[in-house]
Amino acid sequence: MRRDRGALALSFVLPIGFFSIFAVIFGGQRESTPKLKVIVADEDHSTASQRLLRGLAAEGSLVVQRKPAAKKGVEQPEYTAASAEAAVRDGAAPVAVIVPKGFGEHPISFGPATDEGSRVQLLKDSSDVVAPQVVAGLLQKVVMTSLPDLMAEQGSKYMDEETGGFTPEQRKRVDAGLDRLRKRQAGEQAGTAAASSTGSGEILPVHVRDVVGMNKQNPMVSFYAAAIGVMFLLFTASGTAGSLLEEAENGTLDRVLSSQVNMTTLLAGKLTFSTLLAFSQLVLMFLWAWAVFHLDLWTHIPGFVVMGLSTAFAVGAFGMLLASVCGTRAQLGALSTLVILLMSSIGGSMFPRYLMPEAIQKAGLLTLNAWAIDGFTKVFWRDEPVTHLWPQVAVLLTAGVVLFVIARKMARRWEYS
Amino acid sequence: MGSAQDVPKLAKTLPLQINGLSKRFGSLTAVDGISLAVRSGECLGLLGPNGAGKSTLLRSIAGRVIPDSGTVRIFGTAAGSPEARKALGWIPQELALYARLTCRENLVAFGQYQGLKGKALEDAVGWCLDWAALQDRAAEPVKNLSGGMKRRLNMAAGLIHRPRLVLMDEPTTGVDPQSRNRIFEMIEALRREGMSIIYTTHYMEEAERLCDRIAIVDHGHIIAEGSNEELVQRVFESRSEVLVHLVGNGSAAWVAQRGGQQVGEASQFTVDHATDVAGLLAAIDEAGLELVDVSVRRPNLESVFLHLTGRGLRN
Repeated sequence: MRRDRGALALSFVLPIGFFSIFAVIFGGQRESTPKLKVIVADEDHSTASQRLLRGLAAEGSLVVQRKPAAKKGVEQPEYTAASAEAAVRDGAAPVAVIVPKGFGEHPISFGPATDEGSRVQLLKDSSDVVAPQVVAGLLQKVVMTSLPDLMAEQGSKYMDEETGGFTPEQRKRVDAGLDRLRKRQAGEQAGTAAASSTGSGEILPVHVRDVVGMNKQNPMVSFYAAAIGVMFLLFTASGTAGSLLEEAENGTLDRVLSSQVNMTTLLAGKLTFSTLLAFSQLVLMFLWAWAVFHLDLWTHIPGFVVMGLSTAFAVGAFGMLLASVCGTRAQLGALSTLVILLMSSIGGSMFPRYLMPEAIQKAGLLTLNAWAIDGFTKVFWRDEPVTHLWPQVAVLLTAGVVLFVIARKMARRWEYS
Repeated sequence: MGSAQDVPKLAKTLPLQINGLSKRFGSLTAVDGISLAVRSGECLGLLGPNGAGKSTLLRSIAGRVIPDSGTVRIFGTAAGSPEARKALGWIPQELALYARLTCRENLVAFGQYQGLKGKALEDAVGWCLDWAALQDRAAEPVKNLSGGMKRRLNMAAGLIHRPRLVLMDEPTTGVDPQSRNRIFEMIEALRREGMSIIYTTHYMEEAERLCDRIAIVDHGHIIAEGSNEELVQRVFESRSEVLVHLVGNGSAAWVAQRGGQQVGEASQFTVDHATDVAGLLAAIDEAGLELVDVSVRRPNLESVFLHLTGRGLRN
């Protein structure tokens, strides 16, 4: 190690570099929660609905979107209930708040929920376990801070309707009302996770509904199978490509290159092997996820194969590049650990990217991990067809080709002297 | 003697033809205008001290070095071309083998790199295992083999495609006398088949035994070329070497004054004729030195080598 200054330097740089990455991701945040993207659709257009959504938009922890981003300079119409739901399905945001028609007539509830149809709807992508809970809580807070007059009005109305001055008859009615509340609470606790209401006992009745992943038996398994899988694929690819350094060190590379095999053929052969090995690893990991964690693998085979091969090719080429820039196995070990852990941390292999600051989320798009995880999420979480995978597949394949070309250029140092 | 029209034809059929080859690495000129040819079926010994330029020359022949000037042609085609690669076998000095693979797997891998497959590959692997006397160790991982076995497998891997010209770079380095003898027999078997060989070694007796012709390289030049006998004759003519073991004060100074060289405990002198030894012995007597031992020998290849390249240590 003393004679391998590159490896020696990296052994010091590695822990400092990795510490710095985590410090930037978690330590540099001024707010406890990163800003959450929320889509809102106002179908009521009442004073109450507008005040509610204005209050929501004023929340510093939220980024409220009333309409999609302009396309080719053309302004898009505001979200409707249908387009907001579609946007959540497509992954544009983890949560959508729909204020339905009729909301303004009974915006607040003290007791049994108002008419089901006029309840605020919270549509969520359950792959994000944090955002829906934060938004649901903030909705209650916003009602208190933005609609205090309506709250008082609805409260007195409730008292008037339910107690009437607390005569024996009124007591009986209050007890009956409380009984209904208790029954409702018990019923909701026994209900499904796919559709629930936070309305009982809360000021703003909210109907929460999963629009993505509602039929998934184990929602986060596919995410972690892809996330962890890609990270280890990168390590495997780097180790496989490291055989090039071994061959250079023990002289077999010289012998191979004096045979009928040239450097391009040799690297292409190693890339093919690395790709197949990585794909086999993914197959094994997803089979395990199917067998043990009930991942729905069999209905997603085409998407899995397309994403698996694209990912395997890209990580294989990445491994070739790492090996081609290193002088020794020790250097490769240190450099690959640093780069792969960096990519995995900001690319979403260690923790979901939506938990990271926006700048880090954007930086994550420079990693293979992020694109691979996004693609697998589309397949297993959003049940999207194979044709929808083209952005991820295009990026991964292009990255693979570019990385391979650079690796080929770097490998010239072994080719001739 | 061939006619002028025969020259291009001859160049095409020569296993190796090097013309004016030069290669520099920064300020170091590793090969400086070397021209050399190897005839069909010939074994050419390439000798030289460390750093003389042998490795660069061999790597140029193997197409692994791009020369600054000059040409290297193998059976008429440029070194490094697919045809040249097919015709050339390279046995590197390092054990260039996959240690975790078995003997057979190594041979299969290198055979495939040479474009062999199917029955041809199977036959080639079988021939190599027989030739290297490794049939009974075919399934043994290389890391478990003895040094001699590894050397033999290293050689076999370079011959898997049955080349017509072979570069052997110190193939007996680090092996015991029995293995070395076995390797000599393997090489002699190749020679009987008419294979052309370029053989580098630091063991002069190997070159004397195996090589038809010897080229001595130093400082990037070929400084002498010819058969063993020709080189000795050219350098020493009829002179002989006399080794004397002297005891007595001032013996070292006396040896230096007489133009002798210290070789271990003995001192070496060169005399024009073997009969001149009598004069040398008389001078020793006159100097009052005690003569413990004396021997006279005809100079050999090692004498030529040391005479031409000097006795000073190289890197």
